[in-house]
Amino acid sequence: MAVDKATVRRVAHLARIRVDEDHLAPMAQELSRILAFAEQLAEVNVDGVEPMTSVTPMALRMREDVVTEGDARDAVLANAPLTRGGFFAVPKVVE
Amino acid sequence: MTALNALTIAEARDGLRRGDFSAREITDACITAIDAADALNAFVTKTPEKALAMADAADARLKAGDAPAMCGVPVGIKDLFCTEGVRAQAASDILRGFKPPYESTVTRRLWDDGAVMLGKLNMDEFAMGSSNETSAYGPVASPWRRRGDNRPLTPGGSSGGSAAAVSADLCLAATGTDTGGSIRQPAAFTGIVGLKPTYGRCSRWGVVAFASSLDQAGPMTKTVRDAAIMLQAIAGEDAKDSTSAPIPVPDFEAALTGDVRGRRIGVPKEYRLDGMPAEIEALWAKGRAMLADAGAEIVDISLPHTKYALPAYYIIAPAEASSNLARYDGVRYGLRAELQPGDDMTDLYERSRAEGFGAEVKRRVMIGAYVLSAGYYDAYYLRAQKVRTLIRRDFEQAFDAGVDAILTPATPSAAFALGEVGGDDPVAMYLNDVFTVTVNLAGLPAISVPAGMNEAGLPLGLQLIGQPWGEAALLNDACALENAAGARPRPGAWW
Repeated sequence: MAVDKATVRRVAHLARIRVDEDHLAPMAQELSRILAFAEQLAEVNVDGVEPMTSVTPMALRMREDVVTEGDARDAVLANAPLTRGGFFAVPKVVE
Repeated sequence: MTALNALTIAEARDGLRRGDFSAREITDACITAIDAADALNAFVTKTPEKALAMADAADARLKAGDAPAMCGVPVGIKDLFCTEGVRAQAASDILRGFKPPYESTVTRRLWDDGAVMLGKLNMDEFAMGSSNETSAYGPVASPWRRRGDNRPLTPGGSSGGSAAAVSADLCLAATGTDTGGSIRQPAAFTGIVGLKPTYGRCSRWGVVAFASSLDQAGPMTKTVRDAAIMLQAIAGEDAKDSTSAPIPVPDFEAALTGDVRGRRIGVPKEYRLDGMPAEIEALWAKGRAMLADAGAEIVDISLPHTKYALPAYYIIAPAEASSNLARYDGVRYGLRAELQPGDDMTDLYERSRAEGFGAEVKRRVMIGAYVLSAGYYDAYYLRAQKVRTLIRRDFEQAFDAGVDAILTPATPSAAFALGEVGGDDPVAMYLNDVFTVTVNLAGLPAISVPAGMNEAGLPLGLQLIGQPWGEAALLNDACALENAAGARPRPGAWW
């Protein structure tokens, strides 16, 4: 399936990646190549086949519902590009 | 005597315990070798002071008689592993300057055993690539060159820095990660051993996530024995990774008898590709002969869904990547783009991610978003997951029929030159993973072993695929191959 410029624009927004107008066409071509490659999967008969959802047949373990780690505000904020008063700082989101 | 940086882990362990040399001396030799090898661009962060302090601590432990196998062994760490206080960027601009406040479980286990960290190793950005050319640090140059040709070659990827560093004796061993072949392909390209363990054998905690159902960390070493020793150190259940398996870790090194008499080795006909170079075909035949001579039984098998593994992978891995990489938002860590007046949160996300991600990462995140989006999910993602079930079933049926391990080429060619593959066709690069990617989809262990050289003087690798949790037997099969192939190939130093 060929991807057009409008689709790239939509997917870029879904992925929250800005793609300049003049990059939409080449990007559409690259994505189309990859999807065309994946088209082979349509040949496979998958009737009655369950999708693989777990790599090893293993149930996830339960653990005690207790605090294991915490009180690490400074460590959590240490790599943030902008903080203020112990919080992550971002542009205004509420008018 | 061997230069200390050229030692294997086993040689270092034995010599350290005998007092032939100190951890500090080995570490010094590695630091010197690293500083002389900047042309390779393998190490992207060097930590010599930390290394020497760790070496001194290891020497103290050795003196006290409390020395695990990895104690005093200097290693390099792929940039994908979080290392406390030491830059971990996954070779991406979006994590520029990121210093993790915590340590990955795999590296924590190495340090607990007394291993010495030399620094961080180059890789493809977020482990997305097969040539190390997508790195924000620039490509790694392989220590290998074609005979009579000075063009720089790829060490493979994504663990290209790890492969180059081990092959060039800058360190005794390195960590790698393997999502579609990222340990085994670079190991094959550089003449070293690379092991991808069973999914769940090693904790993924603290390893920057690419595709969580496929990612697995593993050793990249000079010998099969070293792979066994290093796997021993890093394997095992971890409360911090719920997919790490509560399965006992056997003594891998004790399994290395080299005796493979009676082992049934499957040779899958679907791995014989149209247009496969004659040197790869010849290598594969040589591998069959080596194992047969050692007493193994070679049987032809069929893995009928093999050709669909690569397209399924290039749906599933990007889908998981698009979800995992959603965390790079320009808010909590890493790069934040300069905003224009009036920009809002969406602008912040979109600009930061546009600036921070390289072209291949953008492609994969967008492919992932596309195949997971309403209207396409069933046709692409769900279908790929069903095909994945069939691929795993192929292997299960082969093992149920009495096959102990499977022998294939590791790569469809020898190492290529930087800039030679890909260009404007991303799929051309993806074809590098054709023999390795099935294993990740099925969650199996597999190892790449250097087994020969091509006419241009480049190393070639064979892959052995094992049963789930069967690394011990797999390593022993690999040991038989290694014994037959002879001493590991060494590049002539040009750097």
